[in-house]
Amino acid sequence: MGLATFKGGIHPFEGKKLSESTPVTVLQPKGEMVFPLSQHIGAPAKPLVAKGDQVLVGQKIGEPAGFISAFIISSVSGTVKAIEPRMVADGSMVMSVIIENDGEYRAVEGFGTDRDPGALSKEEIRNIVKEAGIVGLGGAGFPTHVKLTPKDDSKIEYVIVNGAECEPYLTSDYRMMLEEPESLVAGLKIILQLFDNAKGVIGIENNKPEAISKLSALVKDEPRITVCPLKTKYPQGGERSLIYAVTGRKINSSMLPADVGCIVNNVDTVISIYNAVAKTTPLIRRIITVTGDAVTKPQNYSVRTGTSYTELIEASGGFKTEPEKVISGGPMMGQALFNMNIPVTKTSSALTAMTKDEVAVHAPTACIRCGRCINVCPSNVIPQMMMEAAEHNDVEKFEKLDGMECCECGCCSYICPAKRPMTQAFKEMRKTVLANRKKA
Amino acid sequence: MSRLLNVSSSPHVRDQATTQNIMLDVAIAMIPATAYGVYQFGIKAALVLLVTVAACVLSEYVYEALMGKPITISDGSALVTGLILGLNMPPEIPLWIPFLGGIFAIIVVKQLYGGVGQNFMNPALAARCFLLISFAGKMTTFTYQDAVVSPTPLAALKAGQLVDLPAMFVGKIPGTIGEVSVIALLIGAAYLLIRKVISIRIPASYLITFAIFVFIFGQHNLQFVLAHLCGGGLIFGAFFMATDYVTSPITPRGQILFGILLGVLTGLFRLFGGSAEGVSYAIIICNIIVPLIEKVTLPKAFGKEGK
Repeated sequence: MGLATFKGGIHPFEGKKLSESTPVTVLQPKGEMVFPLSQHIGAPAKPLVAKGDQVLVGQKIGEPAGFISAFIISSVSGTVKAIEPRMVADGSMVMSVIIENDGEYRAVEGFGTDRDPGALSKEEIRNIVKEAGIVGLGGAGFPTHVKLTPKDDSKIEYVIVNGAECEPYLTSDYRMMLEEPESLVAGLKIILQLFDNAKGVIGIENNKPEAISKLSALVKDEPRITVCPLKTKYPQGGERSLIYAVTGRKINSSMLPADVGCIVNNVDTVISIYNAVAKTTPLIRRIITVTGDAVTKPQNYSVRTGTSYTELIEASGGFKTEPEKVISGGPMMGQALFNMNIPVTKTSSALTAMTKDEVAVHAPTACIRCGRCINVCPSNVIPQMMMEAAEHNDVEKFEKLDGMECCECGCCSYICPAKRPMTQAFKEMRKTVLANRKKA
Repeated sequence: MSRLLNVSSSPHVRDQATTQNIMLDVAIAMIPATAYGVYQFGIKAALVLLVTVAACVLSEYVYEALMGKPITISDGSALVTGLILGLNMPPEIPLWIPFLGGIFAIIVVKQLYGGVGQNFMNPALAARCFLLISFAGKMTTFTYQDAVVSPTPLAALKAGQLVDLPAMFVGKIPGTIGEVSVIALLIGAAYLLIRKVISIRIPASYLITFAIFVFIFGQHNLQFVLAHLCGGGLIFGAFFMATDYVTSPITPRGQILFGILLGVLTGLFRLFGGSAEGVSYAIIICNIIVPLIEKVTLPKAFGKEGK
């Protein structure tokens, strides 16, 4: 009791037991590497290479095509085979650089050399983060250098590390907190270097006591850093829920965390900042959990971006039972896959293979107005009424009901006894509203 | 891979609660009151309940079959309506009356407005009121022990007589099948609250408002207030009928306002109205204004408070 949290939320089956005790294993790719030019929110990157070019590990193969955009970096050495559209996790075709991996991993000059972060200026740190192609690894993929450049550095009071990992089944952040806590703290200190008035807070759900005690011990002599245990509840790691739990401050959909003096970064994003700044290693790997009851050997991996999901499944011993559904990400917010020939990108967090599809079991029935969706909604809106508006395609009413405050966490669809696909309807409505706003 | 994978929008997991097991919980919560009613009033009461449940489930089946709609009797909502209607009947009622009530509840109040989730009045209560108006005599004739026609405690209160509070609490009084035993009803209510089928908002604001109203406008004594709380269909109504999902506000603040309105209306009907009871009418009147209540009690979205 008394643990920091938010109002609403749900307690889905955690499923973390499957993979939480397996150390992060490095997996070297075998086949061709696919680098989609859009692995982040914002404009897709512009290719910097052409078919036939030789590339090295750490070489930029795509450059930002706008303010909100990011570099794409090769994780292998080899030859550019093609630049063509490939399917990504959400089912869309995205222009990608295809590289034939020569297996030698020859790197660009200076790659991996140690650097003293303390000797760097704020400008240099921001530039390194940008050049390293770092984006929010929690899932949204917002370019990190943009996040680290608010209007006024002195107004930032909290730098929050998101170690909630509230999504069921995922254990990659947890493993990294156990295995590289020093890198995490060092990364946080680098960010704190940018914001003189900020405190660092590492928020961790209390279902990860080992991570909490390990990091607490590590920061006990750090005057600017604390660990904040959080109540285990989905979506505790949602940006708005986390900021509220840690600081008591609230932001809505039209505000940025910086508006209430906060900057939030995921665990692995912070570690990646450390790697880029202190180790001259850009973002070329992803920590990913391969899990689900259909997988023979659930495990956490460190893989080079661009590796195919198929190789991950093979490394985990394939399927012990034919899966009915395979998800890129976790069961609450992940994307169901048509097939597994999909590349690992910066924002891939997990590959979850389930033998049973709970969505297909129950057909949606009529709403009985039980109000459970309202009780669980972290955005405190009325999903039941928004659903009525969505069914009538009434965009105006949807907006009036604050439908744009929906964070698409999925709690309403999860809890609905009539099994109504509310989150899906809201995603579509929100897309329509955003498209209309763009037109206007 | 030869087999196709399932693809759907997230989330990919679902809670175990279904409409069916929620309705089952409501039915389970009425077991103590039902059992007590049958124990006290005997086989006649059991027959009445059987008739209302059968009439409701059958009407739903026949209507949906005739209209070519999916059959929804397995969701349990018709069963619950039938049970509530039966528990609202006097035990001595000729069986054709509850049968008619069941048909009215399902066909007129529920199905004609679009079926489960669409009715704007509680079907069982609307049917009860329909029967009360149509067959006022038979619907308000209550017998107790050896078929002696006797006034209900509420009628006695209205006439200025004293009532036996402990007997009312246990249920040794005349009344409808399900409303007499306060203790049996409270056991069921506790079950609903523990299982989180209902929230305390509506019953609490209803009962508190009603108690205050009766204290102020009644006899200024607690004995009188307690007699009113335990008498008639108030406890049954507050926990089992006012909390009906479909016909009560969905907004948290709206539920409290709804309870307050119910308390005031019930108090007005009981103290100043012509008849001794007023719970059913209060509830169906408030059912009608639920959309208005929701309109004025919409919550502010997270982070938009004070804007």
